[in-house]
Amino acid sequence: MSDTTSTTAAIPATATSRRPRNRALARFARHRLALFGLCAIVALVFGCAAGPYLIAYNDLHIDIMHRFALPFSGPHILGTDQLGRDMLARLMMAGRVSLTVGFAAMLLSTVFGTLIGTIAGYFGGIVGTALMRFVDAVLCFPTIFLLLALAAFVQPTLFSITLVIAATAWMEVARVVEAQIRTLRERDFALAAEALGASDAYIMFRELIPNAIAPIVVASTLNVARAILLESYVSFLGYGIQPPTPSWGNMLNNAQEFLVSAPWLAILPGLLITLAVTGFNFLGDGLRDALDPRLDI
Amino acid sequence: MTRFLLRRLGQSLVLLWLVSVIGFAVLHLAPGGPLSQFTLTPGMTAAQLKLIAHQLGLDRPLPVQYWEWFSRMLVGNWGRSYRDSQPVLLVIGAHIWPTLELMVSSTIIAILLGTWVGVLGAIRRYSLFDYLATVGAMVALSIPTFWFGLVVIYIFSVKLGWLPAGNLYTIGNGSLLDYLHHLIAPSLVLALVTIAIWSRYMRAAMLEVINQDYVRTARAKGLPERMILIRHTIRNALLPMITIAGLQLPTLLSGALVTETVFTWPGMGRLFLDSISYRDYPVIMGVLMFTAVLVLVGNLFADVLYAVADPRIRLD
Repeated sequence: MSDTTSTTAAIPATATSRRPRNRALARFARHRLALFGLCAIVALVFGCAAGPYLIAYNDLHIDIMHRFALPFSGPHILGTDQLGRDMLARLMMAGRVSLTVGFAAMLLSTVFGTLIGTIAGYFGGIVGTALMRFVDAVLCFPTIFLLLALAAFVQPTLFSITLVIAATAWMEVARVVEAQIRTLRERDFALAAEALGASDAYIMFRELIPNAIAPIVVASTLNVARAILLESYVSFLGYGIQPPTPSWGNMLNNAQEFLVSAPWLAILPGLLITLAVTGFNFLGDGLRDALDPRLDI
Repeated sequence: MTRFLLRRLGQSLVLLWLVSVIGFAVLHLAPGGPLSQFTLTPGMTAAQLKLIAHQLGLDRPLPVQYWEWFSRMLVGNWGRSYRDSQPVLLVIGAHIWPTLELMVSSTIIAILLGTWVGVLGAIRRYSLFDYLATVGAMVALSIPTFWFGLVVIYIFSVKLGWLPAGNLYTIGNGSLLDYLHHLIAPSLVLALVTIAIWSRYMRAAMLEVINQDYVRTARAKGLPERMILIRHTIRNALLPMITIAGLQLPTLLSGALVTETVFTWPGMGRLFLDSISYRDYPVIMGVLMFTAVLVLVGNLFADVLYAVADPRIRLD
């Protein structure tokens, strides 16, 4: 499980420009890891989106005569699996699924978490306490247990798995947003809007949330990483994306039985999961450095 | 102290109640609910299903069902497994020890290694080691545990033949050494994430402490750096880590489930997965509730321990 809270990187903050935006950009650029993360994500997204059109093999084409072909040894660049399907084509198609689930689950959990966090932080009192205690209670369940309990009883489709992952990933966002909104609510601009007679909804959506966007962006970037990981866990355990639709997780599902004879079946999808998750974690961390006003000097 | 304990206990009870509501909701909002396992039986008619629902009390209003389930759970009646009619708590009791072993051994590894990495990173801040530790921790947090397990099995069991590829012990050889030999790989795999998290928090805690007045005083009175580190900085930096250890429990349990699958380890994770494939609702519910309660109690324990260990914490 990725819990990437305290990993702020060690970059001495030497301000080069007076304009906050430039300064943020400069700090971001200095964060080479974040740039690496961004490059990895862009490469993976483009590779998985365009790649299948560029190679000669179809990911579902079974070729039993050429199964277990070694990587880098023949026409199949990354070898073939136990049914003779081209690994590269499968990895690309699986990447489409895994990345889509990751992004979609991030969007859902960010929207829901932001909504809950904003309502709790804005209204406070009993409503706020009740909502945040609910968040605490959900966090008592170990994520994978909750995820499996939910995933096992729904018809596993792309949409339902995304929904289930989002349902187990929104709490952190809610916590971050709640804390942010609670302090922003007391600031002069929010009080002014209230004094002018603006409605609760207006203050929340037009005044407070836009000012809390930086931590939301950071949390949601880290949430993509988490969602990709969760998808791989639940698919590996057999309750996620179902074959023949490949995902990086379910490609590993039966790789264990071929670990001795065909280790690349297990190693390649895992490497891509790690690359994607590392990319989003690096990016999120860099964004935190770039956007966190507490680092402003 | 008593007031603090009571308040903290009260908060935990409220959370426990919320946890039970959520657990119950997960059970009953799932399509089919506890009835779903019977629908798979060939020749099952709607009328028979209705009868079963009535016999199990599933046709009553949800709040009534919840109350009955909750009051039974409080007194330790967690139902019986659909699979072998064993009481759920007994089934859990039979599977908890391998999981606890795995968790305890990996936590010890993580605390030792993580503390070392964190301390070194903090006293040599911005050094190459610090940089590598930062990057390493982030990568470690990004590696799927089960895949890391597969890689460890491939390298150390398949290629090198140093470690067994799974199971608690070799059948016919129950010696302590054999036991520990089987524990190495899974506990190291499970420890990876915890080491990463622990080292980052430890580094941050050290940086907070390192510039405190009492450290300066210790240095001014001529204490050797080593003594300052051991007697003053590390000791104080470790205090807030008690809370972190408590907060890591859910992550640790999640990781244990996945690790157990890869290493065919007969613990709670295995039990949970088997129960899911058998649609053994009472056990699924039981494990879900049990882990949540374990987390709750762990956090409460950590909070109290922290308050006891650090006299600066005001208790009310």
